[in-house]
Amino acid sequence: MATTTSGAGAGSRAGKRSGKKGTLYRGREGMWSWVAHRITGVLIFFFLFAHVLDASLLRVSQSDYNSVIDTYKNPITNFLEYGLTAAIVFHAFNGLRIIAVDFWAKGARNQKKLLWWVVGVWVVLMAGMFYPILAHSLHRIFGY
Amino acid sequence: MPAATSDPEFMTITVQVKRYDPDTETHRWDEWQVQALPTWRILDALHEIKWEQDGTLTFRRSCAHGVCGSDAMRINGRNRLACKSLVKDLNPAKPITVEPIQGLPVIKDLVVDMDPFLQAYRDVKPFLIAHGNEPTKERLQSQKDRDRFDDTTKCILCAACTTSCPVFWTDGQYFGPAAIVNAHRFIFDSRDDAAEERLEILNEREGVWRCRTTFNCTEACPRGIQITQAIAEVKRALITRRV
Repeated sequence: MATTTSGAGAGSRAGKRSGKKGTLYRGREGMWSWVAHRITGVLIFFFLFAHVLDASLLRVSQSDYNSVIDTYKNPITNFLEYGLTAAIVFHAFNGLRIIAVDFWAKGARNQKKLLWWVVGVWVVLMAGMFYPILAHSLHRIFGY
Repeated sequence: MPAATSDPEFMTITVQVKRYDPDTETHRWDEWQVQALPTWRILDALHEIKWEQDGTLTFRRSCAHGVCGSDAMRINGRNRLACKSLVKDLNPAKPITVEPIQGLPVIKDLVVDMDPFLQAYRDVKPFLIAHGNEPTKERLQSQKDRDRFDDTTKCILCAACTTSCPVFWTDGQYFGPAAIVNAHRFIFDSRDDAAEERLEILNEREGVWRCRTTFNCTEACPRGIQITQAIAEVKRALITRRV
């Protein structure tokens, strides 16, 4: 073996310490889609908290409900709404992909293709929903 | 043999290793520069460090040819066998990082305690269980029946799959991909009679249902086993009760 060609200690900087703890695991499409699925799932869960709370106000007092809903009528909440839709659409279609991986005999072998389908459908739907969801805010910000 | 520096093929690579000192119970990163050929494996670079630069560097290896499964490590952030990863495939211009596989207790440097991993393997009964009379000839099997579990016979128990699994990192009780692969090898073997028994073991809380299909195991397997597919087949067998 050619190991003898390098002199002992040649150019070594042994003992050099760096601050890094460990590397992030470099998973591929499957791992990152799982991470995205988790994150979108948690986001949807927190939205449901707020949603159950504000909807339950209907039983308490209609005017209180109206005033809470009125606080949502601003561009920031509108953009958050668009973000929520993005999370739900991804979570829904990736959920179908996971079901396919588990129950379709060819699912696991085609998981990457399925993921690109999910991303493709997500892009198309989000582009299509851009104006319908954000029309109010766009009018308010750009005034046309 | 010509000196490394005069050979245009040789290049200087930087190898960073995450080490663990059991005496002080501390982790640290050490860095070495090695004169290496592009066709060297990472194992060759580690040998070079151990034999010529720092004899205290500790790692496992046995056959060094991708069969024994001793030298699974996290190289450049991904689980691989050091003896099957070539320098030229890893962007030698940047430092190459080497860490122990994650989720098993580290004993020293790159050596981990494989006992929990092997216990999960033993728990799925990875041996032929046949009831009734012993055949007087060999146990015959059609080519089709043999093909059914061909993929999962290739496992070398290197633990690259199990220690690439995010579920296993956070829950060491999970059987893990390797144990399920080895259960699959017998569950779908027409000569074996204990499929039910093994399916029940994998139906437990820490069994196949913990799989989140991240496909890290499939990507990490140095033998190219379609692991997530095998796990999905076991899941389906549990639901349909058909093997």
